[in-house]
Amino acid sequence: MEATIALGGNPNSGKTTLFNELTGARQHVGNYPGVTVEKKEGIYIQNEYHMRIVDLPGTYSLTAYSVEEVVARDFLVNEKPEVIINIVDASNLERNLYLTLQFLERGIPMCVALNMIDVAKSRGIKIDEKRLSKLLGVPVIPIIARNGYGKHDLMLAAADLSVEKKQMTPLQISYGDDLDRTFIEMEKEIRANDFLTGTYPARWTALKYMENDELILSKGQKQNSEVAAKLENMVKNVSVHLQETVDTYPEAMIADYRYGYISSIIKQGIIRKKGDEQNRLYTSDKIDRVLTNRFMGPLIMLLVLLVLYQFVFTYSEVPVGWVESFFGWLGHLASENLADGLLRSLVVSGIIDGVGGVLGFAPLIMFMFFGISLLEDSGYLARVAFMLDRIFMIFGLHGSSVMAYIISGGIAGGCAVPGVMATRTLRSPRERLATLLTAPFMNCGAKLPIFALLIAAFFSESKGTLMFFFTLISWGGALIVAKFLRLTVIRGAPTPFVMELPPYRLPTFKGLVIHTWERTWQYVKKAGTVILGISIIIWAMMTFPTLPDSKVQDFERKQEALRGAAPSAIVLEFESADKGAELSAEAQKLKERLKVIHSKKAETALRYSIAGRIGTALEKITQFAGFDWRTNIALLGGFAAKEVVVSTLGTAYSLGEVDPEESESLSETLANSPAWSPLVAFSLIIFIMFYAPCFATVVCIVKEAGTWKWGVFSMGFNTLLAFTLATLIFQAGSLLGY
Amino acid sequence: MARLMMRNMDDNQSGTISAVKVSGELGRRIRDMGLVPGTDIRVQGRAPLYDPVALRVRGFTLTLRNNEAEHIEVEVC
Repeated sequence: MEATIALGGNPNSGKTTLFNELTGARQHVGNYPGVTVEKKEGIYIQNEYHMRIVDLPGTYSLTAYSVEEVVARDFLVNEKPEVIINIVDASNLERNLYLTLQFLERGIPMCVALNMIDVAKSRGIKIDEKRLSKLLGVPVIPIIARNGYGKHDLMLAAADLSVEKKQMTPLQISYGDDLDRTFIEMEKEIRANDFLTGTYPARWTALKYMENDELILSKGQKQNSEVAAKLENMVKNVSVHLQETVDTYPEAMIADYRYGYISSIIKQGIIRKKGDEQNRLYTSDKIDRVLTNRFMGPLIMLLVLLVLYQFVFTYSEVPVGWVESFFGWLGHLASENLADGLLRSLVVSGIIDGVGGVLGFAPLIMFMFFGISLLEDSGYLARVAFMLDRIFMIFGLHGSSVMAYIISGGIAGGCAVPGVMATRTLRSPRERLATLLTAPFMNCGAKLPIFALLIAAFFSESKGTLMFFFTLISWGGALIVAKFLRLTVIRGAPTPFVMELPPYRLPTFKGLVIHTWERTWQYVKKAGTVILGISIIIWAMMTFPTLPDSKVQDFERKQEALRGAAPSAIVLEFESADKGAELSAEAQKLKERLKVIHSKKAETALRYSIAGRIGTALEKITQFAGFDWRTNIALLGGFAAKEVVVSTLGTAYSLGEVDPEESESLSETLANSPAWSPLVAFSLIIFIMFYAPCFATVVCIVKEAGTWKWGVFSMGFNTLLAFTLATLIFQAGSLLGY
Repeated sequence: MARLMMRNMDDNQSGTISAVKVSGELGRRIRDMGLVPGTDIRVQGRAPLYDPVALRVRGFTLTLRNNEAEHIEVEVC
């Protein structure tokens, strides 16, 4: 027997834990069509039952205010699951039942999984599940999702329901005389006209009209505007009446009566409590006395964030090193086995370097998600949001925005790729978008070598102070831009903060591993497809068109001439010497000279390529910010990955291959070049801080924001902003005589 | 018995909600979390910068910003 089963419940009710416990590794993560909400589904097999389990997003209600709620509702309508398993936190029964009632009103066969009965017990709460089952009219099965207790009984109950195929009569709650009377009239109207009855029970439609549910209202308009107008009018009348008589709104009245109904159930001996519930201090509250303490709280938070940062960026160095050396080895292998030419260049510089560079992030992402899942699942992340919200609110963000900023390089040296992905913990859509668009302004690890190079060349005195200063600039810039975005393109009232501080819990290792693995895998899949494509395009731009034969021959002739001029013994020594072998002074000199010509050729080829031509053409504009064509090409290359800026500058200055970590020669060249000055360097640093994120980040922005629009926006807007700032700095500085 | 807005309540002060004077998304969220008239609440504390505020309600802890708590009227004991 096969059946689709939807898993619904409040956030923090243990829904994901149950889902992991049921499906284990047999799960698949995708997205609901058109939105960025994750859709997890998996298979559960028990006896002859083969059940497809879909994890609905965690919600407190079934209104149309958040994407999560809309997605959960649409799923019930479109995919018509046979059964809903409603997971309910036994230690927090009243509020959890609020969603349960709404499921019951919807009239889909359901069973309730009463989770965390162990926690409830330890709090002195005992629940009479048989009685609760009788009062709700659906099976109630006590479980402990963390260790799988009760899951077989639960699934058996769900399977029975799906076999019976019994039509559930939707629950009818009384909402008070005024509303009830209107409901009866509305239902009559709805039934008489078959108004949306194909999709929703009549009373549900009436309820949603009363709740002023925008999605249902617009659906109604489309189906039959006449009936819709009639219904809207009925709602208006009763709503005016309610405001005149009791000063309240229908939707408030509905919530009141729902909670009233829950109280009436609970009062019938469902819960037996020991002690005074309201004033009891749980372990969790005791921990909070320290962790959210006015003085200790922020200090501990700083420490936790520092440790997280250390964990993500220091401990991941080893596996990142493995990935890098693997791709280094692969590149080497390809170089040795392919003939010198375009194919080798494509395979080594385009494919292996490109994908290798991007896959090098994978261990980073793995560590980041492990760390963040740990903080999220334990409940600490909600405290961080609680403590920091006051500051971030000023800039139109949310307390949780801090995570994305820090991971992106808020403490210098992060990475925007995992940073942008870290915004998933944010449930407020506008705040989340503003955060992920501004997080790339932070100084990621790839920008640091460029800054180090420029600082060494022009401001050698005060490296530490300047780095700190640049970190402050990027924070300030990110926050101000966030505010700007929230006032313009992402305008809108702040999403209500109203948030639960869940009790502290020990995360399950299984959950952490599954969570971390699926996120990393998603990223790796992207690296193999989109990112590979873009990296080939960038390679082509920096390679084609290749130098015409006549030019190549010019360089070859020069090299030949050098060889010809040298004594033949020296040439022989040079050519037969092993790599790294000590050469005589003469041979060394020849080698250097040949290298100069080789580098000159690389420079000419780069300038001749599409990227080179774009860079040269842009000089007309970028001169206002103080950048010449060499810098322009390097910045174009920086779109592939910011590290590339240093090595491309090296090529453009005919220095051959420049290792970003050891760039003394380049630093000297820049310091001595007449085109450069401390002012140009400063202008360039600001530009690099704010211009288009690297394409790996852009791909993540597109994925997280759900549309290409925001990826394109971040490239265009950021570059424009960076250019404006750099120009202002350069022009003002020039005027002041720097 | 005095009525005051939740925003102005002290830490550890308890009371019963008498009205939630806001509609729309904020009103809906507040009510969804169980803050409806007649509910007992206790102010558990405030964040280091005195905003948001943490409440104990129906056995769990809820936080909301001061400007959101402004819409909730509480009868304090």
